[in-house]
Amino acid sequence: MKEIVCKLLVIGAGPGGYICAIRAGQLGVDTVIVEAVKAGGTCLNIGCIPSKALIHAAEEFEKVSHMAGAKSPLGISVEGPKLDLTKTVAWKDGIVGRLNSGVLGLLRKAKVKIVHGRATFRDGKTVEVETETGTQVIRAETVVIATGSEPVELPSLPFGGPVISSTEALSLKAVPQKLVVVGGGYIGLELGIAFAKMGSAVTVVEATPQLLPQYDAELVKPVVKRLGELGVRVVTGAKARGLSGETLLIETTEGEERLAADKILVTVGRKPRTEGWGLDELDLDRAGKFLRIDERCRTSMRGVHAIGDITGEPMLAHRAMAQGEMVAEIVAGKKRTWDKRCIPAVCFTDPEIVTAGFSPDEARAQGFEIRVGQFPFNANGRAMTTLSEDGFVRVVARADTNLILGIQAVGAGVSELSSTFALAIEMGARLEDVAATIHAHPTRSEGFQEAALKALGHALHI
Amino acid sequence: MGEFIIKMPDVGEGVAEAELVEWHVKPGDPVREDMVLAAVMTDKATVEIPSPVTGTVLWLGAEIGDTVAVKAPLLRIQVAGEGGEVTAAPMPETVTMDTIEEQSPAAKVESPPSVEVKRPVQPAPVARAVVQSPADKPLASPAVRLRAQESGIDLRQVPGTGPAGRITHDDLDRFLARGAQPSVTPAGLAMKTAVEEIKVTGLRRRISEKMVLATSRIPHITYVEEIDVTDLEDLRTTMNASRKPDQTKLTILPFLMRAIVKAVAEQPGVNATFDDDAGIITRHGAVHIGIATQTPAGLTVPVVRHAEARNIWNCATELVRLAEAARTGSALREELSGSTITITSLGAMGGIATTPIINHPEVAIVGVNKIMTRPMWDGSQFIPRKMMNLSSSFDHRVVDGWDAAAFVQRLKVLLETPALIFIES
Repeated sequence: MKEIVCKLLVIGAGPGGYICAIRAGQLGVDTVIVEAVKAGGTCLNIGCIPSKALIHAAEEFEKVSHMAGAKSPLGISVEGPKLDLTKTVAWKDGIVGRLNSGVLGLLRKAKVKIVHGRATFRDGKTVEVETETGTQVIRAETVVIATGSEPVELPSLPFGGPVISSTEALSLKAVPQKLVVVGGGYIGLELGIAFAKMGSAVTVVEATPQLLPQYDAELVKPVVKRLGELGVRVVTGAKARGLSGETLLIETTEGEERLAADKILVTVGRKPRTEGWGLDELDLDRAGKFLRIDERCRTSMRGVHAIGDITGEPMLAHRAMAQGEMVAEIVAGKKRTWDKRCIPAVCFTDPEIVTAGFSPDEARAQGFEIRVGQFPFNANGRAMTTLSEDGFVRVVARADTNLILGIQAVGAGVSELSSTFALAIEMGARLEDVAATIHAHPTRSEGFQEAALKALGHALHI
Repeated sequence: MGEFIIKMPDVGEGVAEAELVEWHVKPGDPVREDMVLAAVMTDKATVEIPSPVTGTVLWLGAEIGDTVAVKAPLLRIQVAGEGGEVTAAPMPETVTMDTIEEQSPAAKVESPPSVEVKRPVQPAPVARAVVQSPADKPLASPAVRLRAQESGIDLRQVPGTGPAGRITHDDLDRFLARGAQPSVTPAGLAMKTAVEEIKVTGLRRRISEKMVLATSRIPHITYVEEIDVTDLEDLRTTMNASRKPDQTKLTILPFLMRAIVKAVAEQPGVNATFDDDAGIITRHGAVHIGIATQTPAGLTVPVVRHAEARNIWNCATELVRLAEAARTGSALREELSGSTITITSLGAMGGIATTPIINHPEVAIVGVNKIMTRPMWDGSQFIPRKMMNLSSSFDHRVVDGWDAAAFVQRLKVLLETPALIFIES
């Protein structure tokens, strides 16, 4: 097969890789992208998008189930709602399919050459791709590694049989009667809550003393409360020991326990995909398990960049996208460095959690004198009218200049506030800026304005 | 659970107060016995205050730069047993400015005291974060940051006029228009508007106070005379020629020191200290010569004691030792005080004359200027001679101009005919 020579080669067509390739194509860079599975990567195929589809379906089903038997305060009653998971999954697959072809279309439009197959490095400038029609050698001036991450497997609970990862959980044929989720991080809780809403009896087993350990306890509290309402059992400080017949053996502070389970969903984190593509040939510097990069996403080898999950935390699609865009522009000869002030993060639990910038503790650890303002949604009209008053918006600012350092929120639908939070931080907003911006009434976003007012000492609605 | 109060120790002869120059702890920090808590500075030296107990710091009684009276409470420490009061004992012996710096507080924080199992109740260490300086990234919107990157501008150099110092597009325009060229043409001249405020503390504050004291109280008379040191330089070269590499070589200063010893024997009025509050002039038999020395921290004056009892080689050796000790901060308190007359030398820097400020409460200071070969008229022709100016100041309240001039003229004779320095009188 004839060797391909190009200016830019992107390995992996996940959110980081495809954005990088599209932007490079737009800028007239001769670009090739290699993808082993499907365009869109984890995010689009087995992550963000399908999970949100499933979460939405579960949410809708739970809403109508709640209305069954004329219990709803809204005055709506329905009878015998049913969920056909195979149809739900088919609908979800439809969305994924549309987005898949959308990404491929965008790549073609940007004149990016797409090569399907698994890439292996021969040296820093050359890869071999095992395609359906044989080995394709590609030589490039610049290579971008965007191979992403994969679920971590527990040695005591290898994937297979009833033990599944998030990938399988998104394509189940039927709702499991009993579901045990091992790992109470955001992936485990998002899916655990969805299955609880679809009718599974869910138990969450978490090794640390707190669910969602990356967040402070105040942010997690409304989620824990909701888990209780949904009948989800939470076992913290517990370790999964392994399968014992049909049951899962766990070790808690009070001793061993057996949990009956149809499916055991293991969500104990993700690890960078550093194997299977010839990384050893390159001998790149590592930062822990991840590839070490600088502020231009350059690795320790000249002409080799890395973006996305392989470069470290936070392993988030939008971080990879921003890195991909930046690297494409650097390859096109523009001056760029990574100077983002924040990477917002959303946890699509019920209620949702949003964070942007520093939490109060993180800000203090950075040496800032801070002031904090918090506004509860139970004082917000819009929250009342949607039957979801749990949660709050919290804003963290420098005590001397009122410069906003971080914003957190927990509550129904707060994921959509992530953009305003991130914008405030990137623009260098002070509390006064947010407080003096008219926020439309009645919306949940008013909580942000009120939190800023609270931090300034004159909240209007509490 | 008790409380320990640590008071400002008596740090030296007759010192009633000392300036706090460094805290090594802050409230909430665990401390171990003998760990250094603070550093205080007196006129002459910096003294470290060790902790007499193990516990947790509750309260600090002063801020850096404050002057604290002896016996005033300095800090309170929560201890496991009974509380008490103690006047801290300063660290014994050589107290240096450098050792304080070496023991950075950060290094201590990383090893908190291990919990001793025997004690029934151990106060829980107060939770604390690692304090770094706030990560101060330039405050600007993403669009401004992008423009700056593309124009090759370091935003840290751009003054922001927006809220909280935010850099706006206009600020960037102004910066570009002002001719702060992109980094490709580094030759551009740019106005600098940055200001830096430096708190005057520690040695700098001592120097400042001392200078104000000297100039406000003492009416100076400064007298400049040129000295022909051609013969002295010849002698010096000869004397140094036979020195081994490990032996101290003579500079001009030991000759001057010995000349001063000779001259003050005839003019005891200049080797004196004047207590102007009491109205008493003390004439000293001993000639303790202060040597103004530039150190990294600022000006200090180590003292060659009893120069009258040292030969020229000994003067040279002591001079080198003291200057080194002062520069490295290892000079003892006694070595930095008690001079009766001072030499200041900017000779190496050039300059034809200086107006030295007297080291209060002394009454005379002798300044050395650079040796230059100049054409001198010997009555029939110009001949090249090595000439050096002496710029000397005197306290005109107690030294008359005539006496000042007589003293300098005597130095001139001694230095121009250096054999006189060595002749026993």
